[in-house]
Amino acid sequence: MYLAAAVAILFIMSLALARALLGPTLFDRILAVNMFGTKTVLLVAVLSLAAGDSSYLDIALVYVLINFIGVLAVLRFFEYDPDSRI
Amino acid sequence: MLLVTALGAVFIRDLFAVIMLFGIYSLVSAGFFLDLSAPDVALTEAAIGAGVAPLLMLATLALTREKTTPQPRAKRSIHTSLLPILVVTMTGAALVYATFDMPFIADPAGPAHNHVAPRYLQASGAEIGIPNVVTSVLASYRGFDTLGEVFVIFTAEIGVLSLLGFLADGSGRQYWQFEDTANLRRHNILHVVSKALIPVILIYAFYVQFHGDYSPGGGFQAGVLFAAGFILYAMIFGLQAAYRVVSPTALYWAMAIGVLLYGGTGVASLLLGGNYLDYNVLGSDAVHGQHNGILIVELGVGICVAAVMMSVFFKFSGRTAHFYDDRREVRK
Amino acid sequence: MILDILSWLLIIAGGFVGVTGAIGLFRFPDFYTRMHAASMTDTLTAGLILVGLMLQCDSILTVLKLALIFFIMAYTGPTAAHVLAKTARHVNLKPYLHGKEDAS
Repeated sequence: MYLAAAVAILFIMSLALARALLGPTLFDRILAVNMFGTKTVLLVAVLSLAAGDSSYLDIALVYVLINFIGVLAVLRFFEYDPDSRI
Repeated sequence: MLLVTALGAVFIRDLFAVIMLFGIYSLVSAGFFLDLSAPDVALTEAAIGAGVAPLLMLATLALTREKTTPQPRAKRSIHTSLLPILVVTMTGAALVYATFDMPFIADPAGPAHNHVAPRYLQASGAEIGIPNVVTSVLASYRGFDTLGEVFVIFTAEIGVLSLLGFLADGSGRQYWQFEDTANLRRHNILHVVSKALIPVILIYAFYVQFHGDYSPGGGFQAGVLFAAGFILYAMIFGLQAAYRVVSPTALYWAMAIGVLLYGGTGVASLLLGGNYLDYNVLGSDAVHGQHNGILIVELGVGICVAAVMMSVFFKFSGRTAHFYDDRREVRK
Repeated sequence: MILDILSWLLIIAGGFVGVTGAIGLFRFPDFYTRMHAASMTDTLTAGLILVGLMLQCDSILTVLKLALIFFIMAYTGPTAAHVLAKTARHVNLKPYLHGKEDAS
């Protein structure tokens, strides 16, 4: 069961990675990275239960927070330039 | 996946996209570390590789340009392209040759499992009494290495300070006197959400700091998380508000205090009759001494890392603000 | 036993929703539709899988940690999506309308 969940998440991650590589605009890439991050959190949670070690969940929590801050940081520095183009 | 990401990062010209890919790269490698049951390394990779490194690269990018300019073809002579290829191929071949001598992964007879690791794994419980062996190796057995790392961070910050701390326009204004124009400040939803989120991040940073003896975590990761909370605040409420919370001068002091706390622990153990950074003498018995020593040392690391991260971020942002300030003046 | 089946169902549903979202992210024609696919399924996937995992584990601490992760994700995910969409509007990224390929 953990294996099934992990395989599904890995499939999602590879599609998101493809979008991040292809993405015509910057926003597509940010979206893909955001999705990749949340799926990493889920993967870590699944791995943690599969390994039976709840301390892995701390790492998942760090990922959630860092992911959010990362997305905001990209937007902040992107929006910074008053006459920026896509 | 790692390979695809790395190749993508090399070939894409848009530097923003490359930074995004670096974020993915470190998430993937953190996944690998976790799969190899190294949660401490995965935590560090998550906090630093996926969080702070892209942040600093973005800040640098805001100061420079977004695209790499391709080298004009005509200028490349044969030896500018042939020589690097030759060197890279030879190094790669040497590394591949060297892997033949490497023991298989998880081979119990390999040198990684026979040199000092068994001693650490077996004796750490009795000598230090901390469940997380990584913390005891990092802070106690390898205390000198970690001290070196803290000094490296401190020195790097001094380098950044000397490069970016002083403005070249001769107006005499310090970098924190420029108001930045981050448009994120106009997002009301973001204000509400981050107001609730920042305390959680800070409390969690303290958990990572002081629970590092029992679960993955420690000074480095906690410092980065703590700084991330403040960076979030600075991004959303503006640099001026962040300076009112923690002034740049206070950050300089905090950095020095962090390093001194680490070094001072060593001196204290020296004065109490032990060796440098030998924590056995710091408590009523050896195990208690180790506990105290590791706690203080990790605290020093955490303070130093958090202060350095915040200071570097503020400096880059203030510099960017100054940059756009100038450009607006020119456009007027 | 019932818990086991329930958690199975939740995790399978979460995986299905997530794969749907990823296919949407990969196949849809422009940024806003992709964002619709990705951000909506993202939170739902996280919720389903995390609740499914919560039913599996035995210690209360693990359940609490998973619940914390779930709440923070439910809190930050839509916010990030909102900011992303607003920024995209702000820099005049055109949506894909009426089959005309005028998305940037």
